Amino acid sequence: MLRFITSRFLQSLLALFLVITATFFMLRFVPGGPFTAEKAVTPEILRNLEAHYGLDKPLWRQYLDYLGSLAQGDLGPSFKYPNRTVNEIIADKVPVSAELGALALSLALVLGISLGTLAAIRRNTWIDYTASTFGMAGISIPTFVVGPLLVLAFAIHLGWFNASGWYGPLDRVLPAIVLGLAYAAPISRLTRGGMLEVLNQDFIRTARAKGASEFRVVTRHALRGGLLPVITYLGPAVAGILTGSFVIETIFQIPGIGREFVNSAFNRDYTLVLGTVILYAGLIMALNLVVDIVQAWLNPKVRLEA
Amino acid sequence: MPAASPSPIAARPSPVDEPIEKGNSLWHDAWLRLRKNKLAVFGMGTLAIVAVACLFGPLISPYGYEEQELNNTFASPSWQHWLGTDQLGRDLLVRLLDGGQVSLGVGLCATFVALTIGVAYGAVSGFFGGKLDAVMMRTVDIMYSLPFTIFVILLMVFFGRNIVLLFVAIGAVEWLTMARIVRSQVMAVKKMEFIEAARSLGFGHRRIIFRHILPNILGPIIVYTTLTIPAVMLLEAFLSFLGLGVQPPMSSWGVLIKDGAEKMEEYPWLLQFPAAIFSLTLLSLNFLGDGLRDALDVRSSKD
Repeated sequence: MLRFITSRFLQSLLALFLVITATFFMLRFVPGGPFTAEKAVTPEILRNLEAHYGLDKPLWRQYLDYLGSLAQGDLGPSFKYPNRTVNEIIADKVPVSAELGALALSLALVLGISLGTLAAIRRNTWIDYTASTFGMAGISIPTFVVGPLLVLAFAIHLGWFNASGWYGPLDRVLPAIVLGLAYAAPISRLTRGGMLEVLNQDFIRTARAKGASEFRVVTRHALRGGLLPVITYLGPAVAGILTGSFVIETIFQIPGIGREFVNSAFNRDYTLVLGTVILYAGLIMALNLVVDIVQAWLNPKVRLEA
Repeated sequence: MPAASPSPIAARPSPVDEPIEKGNSLWHDAWLRLRKNKLAVFGMGTLAIVAVACLFGPLISPYGYEEQELNNTFASPSWQHWLGTDQLGRDLLVRLLDGGQVSLGVGLCATFVALTIGVAYGAVSGFFGGKLDAVMMRTVDIMYSLPFTIFVILLMVFFGRNIVLLFVAIGAVEWLTMARIVRSQVMAVKKMEFIEAARSLGFGHRRIIFRHILPNILGPIIVYTTLTIPAVMLLEAFLSFLGLGVQPPMSSWGVLIKDGAEKMEEYPWLLQFPAAIFSLTLLSLNFLGDGLRDALDVRSSKD
C-alpha cells in the first residue's frame, strides 16, 4: 500500500512539473506580451517594466528563478494589478469559488445519490424513467444554457433573485443550483449503475435473509459498494466544479478564481495565469491521488493491478 | 465441415434449437434492437431532421445569414421571420441553421481527429503489449490528470482563434478515452484463435490489426464515437460562449447562445431558440449513443 501511494505520488509530482514547464514556455512563446496592450508605453518605460519583472533576463534564467520562488510558495507579482502578488489574488478569489463549489457539490451529491438509488431500487418504474431522463438532460444540456434560462425565468420574470452579483445569501441560490444540477446528473447515473450491480449480489440476499429491513439493506449494505463508481468520478468532478465555474462565474458575475483565470489569460498576465494553472493542476492531481488511494483501500483488486 | 471453408456464415453458427431462418448478421440484430428503443429512434429522427434542415435550409431561405435589415432589428417571431431577427436585423432561423452547420461540422471533424488518434494509439498499445503498452498507457494516465480545459482556453486565447486549431485542440483532448477503450478491446480480441490463424498464415502486424482485429471491435468504437460527438460539440460551444471559439462573421450554436444570453432580458427568443435546438441535438446524440450501446451490447466501462 505504501509503495502504491508513493508511486502514485511521484507520478503526480512529475505530471505537475510537466504542466508548470509546458505552461511557462507556452506563455513566453505566444505572440504579444503583458504590456503590448498599453499603447502609451514608450520603449524606455517598456524596458524598465521588463527589467522590474525580470523579463529582460534570458529565458532559462527566468524559468529557474520562477521554479526557485515557487519552491518557497511564492507565485510572483501580478503583471496587471500593480503592487499585488499572485498569492494575494488567489487568496482573495479562491474562497468565493470554494463556497460556490461546496454548495453545488452538496446539492449534486444529495440529489444525485438519492435519485440514482431510488431509480435502482424501483427499476423500470416511472421513478426510474424520470431519473434517467433527468440524468440524460443534465448531461446533454450545458450550464451555459441552463444558467441563462434560469436567470430569465426566476430573476427576470419572477424577480425572486438578482440576475447577477455575489452579495447576499440569495445570490448563492441560482449559481449553486445551476452548477449542482450539472454534476447531479452524472452522479445519479453512476449511482444507479453501481447500485444495480450490487443489488444482485449474494451478500445482499444474505442481508435480506437475515431479516434486515429494506432501508437498512440499501443504506448499510448496498450503498457501500454501489457508490464505488461515484467515488472514481468525484476526483475529477470536484476539480471540475472549480474549473467548470468559468462559465457560471461569467454568467453570474461572481468574483471567483474561474473568471479571474479567463481574464488573466486575455490580459496576458503571465504570472497570474501560471499561478492559476498550478493551483488547478495541483488540485486535480491531489484529488485524483486521494481517489486512487480510497479505491485501493476499498477494493484490493485495484491495488494488485497497479 | 472442412476447415478450409472461408464462408462467413459458417463462422457464426446459429443456436440449434432455433429454426434457421435467413442468416441474421450481428449488425442486423443490433439494428432490430435499436429500432425497438424509442429514445434512440427519437434521437435518430431528430438528428436527421436537424441535419437536413441545417444543410439545405440556408439554401432555400430567402435570407442570407449575414443579410441585415437595419430597419427591422429585434423583430419578434412572425410569418416573415419565423424565429425573429437579431440586433442587426438578421434572420435568426437562417443564422441558427447556418450556425448548426458549423457546430455539427466541428463536432464531426474534431471527433474524427479524436477517433483517428485514439484508435491508432489504443490499437498499437494493446496489440504489442509489454513495455511499450506500459509506457503508452502511463502517458495516457498522466495526460488524463492534466487540466485540459485550461490548456484549450490558453491555446485559443493566445494563438488567434482559428478554426483548424479548434479542431486540433478539441481532438487532442477527446482521444484519451477512445484510446483506453480500443486498447482493452484489442487485448481481448488478439488472444482469440482466428488471430492466431491469421498469424500462422504469415500475415503482417498491420494486416492483422486492420483486417482482423479492428473489424471485430467496431461496435465499441461506433458507440464511443457517437458519444464523443456531443462531448466535442459541448466543448466547442463552451469555448464559443467564452468568446474563444468560432469568430464572427461565422457563427455556431455556442456563439448564438452567447449573443442571446446578452440580450435575453428584452428579447428572450434570441436565447430560447438557439438553446433549444442545441440541447435537443445533444440530447438526441446521447440517446442514440446509449441506444447503440445497448443494441451492440457493449459493456460500459465508463459509466
